[in-house]
Amino acid sequence: MLEIKNLHAEVDGKSILKGINLNINKGEVHAIMGPNGSGKSTLANVLAGRDDYDITEGSVLFDGKDISELEPEERAGEGIFLAFQYPVEIPGVTNTTFLKEALNAQRKYRGEEELGGMEFVKLIRSKTKELGIKDDMLKRAVNVGFSGGEKKRNDILQMAVLNPKLAVLDETDSGLDIDALKIVAEGVNKLRAENNAILVITHYQRLLNYIVPDKVHVLANGKIQRTGGKELALELEEKGYADYSGEAA
Amino acid sequence: MAATQETVEQVQNLEMDKYKYGFVTEIETEKAPKGLSEDTVRFISAKKNEPEWMLEWRLKAYRLWLTMPEPKWGKLDLPEIDYQDSYYYSSPKSMEDRPQSLDEVDPELLRTYEKLGIPIKEQEVLAGVAVDYVFDSVSVATTFRKQLLDVGVIFCPISEAIQDYPELVKKYMGSVVPQGDNKHACLNSAVFTDGSFVYIPKGVRCPMELSTYFRINELNTGQFERTLIVADEGSYVSYLEGCTAPQRDENQLHAAVVELIVMDDAEIKYSTVQNWYPGDEDGKGGIFNFVTKRGICKGKNSKISWTQVETGSAITWKYPSCILQGDNSVGEFYSVAITNGRQQADTGTKMIHLGKNTTSRIISKGISAGKSQNTYRGLVRVAAKADGARNFTQCDSLLVGQTCGAHTVPYIESKNRSARLEHEATTSKISDDQLFYCRQRGISEEDAVGLVVNGFCREVLQELPMEFAVEAQQLVKISLEGSVG
Repeated sequence: MLEIKNLHAEVDGKSILKGINLNINKGEVHAIMGPNGSGKSTLANVLAGRDDYDITEGSVLFDGKDISELEPEERAGEGIFLAFQYPVEIPGVTNTTFLKEALNAQRKYRGEEELGGMEFVKLIRSKTKELGIKDDMLKRAVNVGFSGGEKKRNDILQMAVLNPKLAVLDETDSGLDIDALKIVAEGVNKLRAENNAILVITHYQRLLNYIVPDKVHVLANGKIQRTGGKELALELEEKGYADYSGEAA
Repeated sequence: MAATQETVEQVQNLEMDKYKYGFVTEIETEKAPKGLSEDTVRFISAKKNEPEWMLEWRLKAYRLWLTMPEPKWGKLDLPEIDYQDSYYYSSPKSMEDRPQSLDEVDPELLRTYEKLGIPIKEQEVLAGVAVDYVFDSVSVATTFRKQLLDVGVIFCPISEAIQDYPELVKKYMGSVVPQGDNKHACLNSAVFTDGSFVYIPKGVRCPMELSTYFRINELNTGQFERTLIVADEGSYVSYLEGCTAPQRDENQLHAAVVELIVMDDAEIKYSTVQNWYPGDEDGKGGIFNFVTKRGICKGKNSKISWTQVETGSAITWKYPSCILQGDNSVGEFYSVAITNGRQQADTGTKMIHLGKNTTSRIISKGISAGKSQNTYRGLVRVAAKADGARNFTQCDSLLVGQTCGAHTVPYIESKNRSARLEHEATTSKISDDQLFYCRQRGISEEDAVGLVVNGFCREVLQELPMEFAVEAQQLVKISLEGSVG
């Protein structure tokens, strides 16, 4: 589904990713771990197409299609979803409005019919129920006054409604206490399916206790240094990243 | 008429610019002689077949106007206005030159109507299409008017009110905005061409929003509108002026006056959507909109609520105000002002607390984009006898891009120690993070800006009558097209 070949990228002219190779197939969960400054978040932003994150070499194929020239909203329409480390507040815009705009924009991109009010409400209700999220959250402005945990759950709700092919979780565990972490992980696990894939980016191993990956990659100095099974995460937790970088993690 | 031809050409040239939504209907007009003089005033009054007292009132205003200085205190870069280079009266003469169907109307304009969600029949009227439907609209208007008269509500053009209800007009016109209030209001007093008159009798709740009617019938009254609304004891009316659809007018100078009078336990809710032509990208050719709007809460427990969405005009100079004379009276001002391109807006309100336990609430949302300048200017004044007066003011500014300006100028004057006045102000920018967040979820950059700005304006937009709220949201979005990326 996702094929990254020899990906080089820079931010503000500074080279960060220096030749990444990564293949993710349908139904798989991959984890990328690495020390601070290794390029983890850069990779997430490059995949999502953020401005100022420039690909200088290599390619990113998604379902066989080169997405490197697509706008962020087009990549979203293709089925790439990014759960943010710090979800953004949008005052005055309710979650319902936001979700409807987003879903219908994606459907339009894909040439599907936009959902009307009733159909949309039905869909969104079924998702809140599935994730155990209270409906009053829908009436609140996007992430405004939300606790850290609520923000992350809101991202998971968005993910459930938008139903992406590939979800990239960018340090979604940062700032979460253990209860919130479990809830978020539970939400992600509910969304695991044969047809989609998940890329978990994290500094710590603990999230992977709850979202168990098929593969773990160690990213350091802009390159994937090692790939292994879920046990690799435990090893990293024990030994740290000292083996992979010049600096201590 | 060479001058007319010239004007028409000029307006057509404007069509070449980037104002995608403007339109021009070529209509033969009957114009007053160019320039402003006593003769012009007499011409207008004669055209309207006005009684002597009205002419005298106008002439008095004209003579006063000659002596008045231009108001210069706004944060506006105002060009010198050549009053002798304008026409002060022109009436539409014939329907024949209008487009005969929507097919003949600028498709860009129709697209805007569509974006705004305006029904086809209304589109025809708005675009000035000369079809049988015009008759329909007259009959619709008549039906409405009869329905209103059945409950005693008077709603008619002010020129008719001068003929039919001279006592009411004499009593109230100029009672809230005196002729000499400011030069623009004074000019209006001398040369106003039309506008509306509304009288709601005691205890009557006006059975409809005076908006549907208005939108269909009061187009092209343009340049020097004059509106007078009187709400007698215990009555209520909601009035909507203007239109979300873009309006073009070959007259650059607009100076309207609106006066509201509210008796005991009565309420007027006055909403405005202003979308006059803002000018080209250098700011040339746009409308100068100098408006004096003021209401008086004369009676106890009375209420005035102003809501405005200002998106058009090259220059907006406008301060809808409330004089809170009656005890326990309430004044409200909800405003969204959007400036883009080279637009300049200096707008706000005045809340004058005279009665006891009077309260006022000001919510102002200014959005600046492009190279525009957007100023909130507000006065809250509490008189010595206004025990227990309260005000809450919130001024929020949102900046889009790097080259625009937002300014907040609140004046507070209190002569009563029991007054409680609160002022909150914020300035923010649409952040790249917000835009990226929206785009990552599939929303295009332009739609994301619209979404964020609509969220920012929500408190104000929800004050609009329901039927206009959706259109206003679209308008907010359209007004900012091209402001990012």
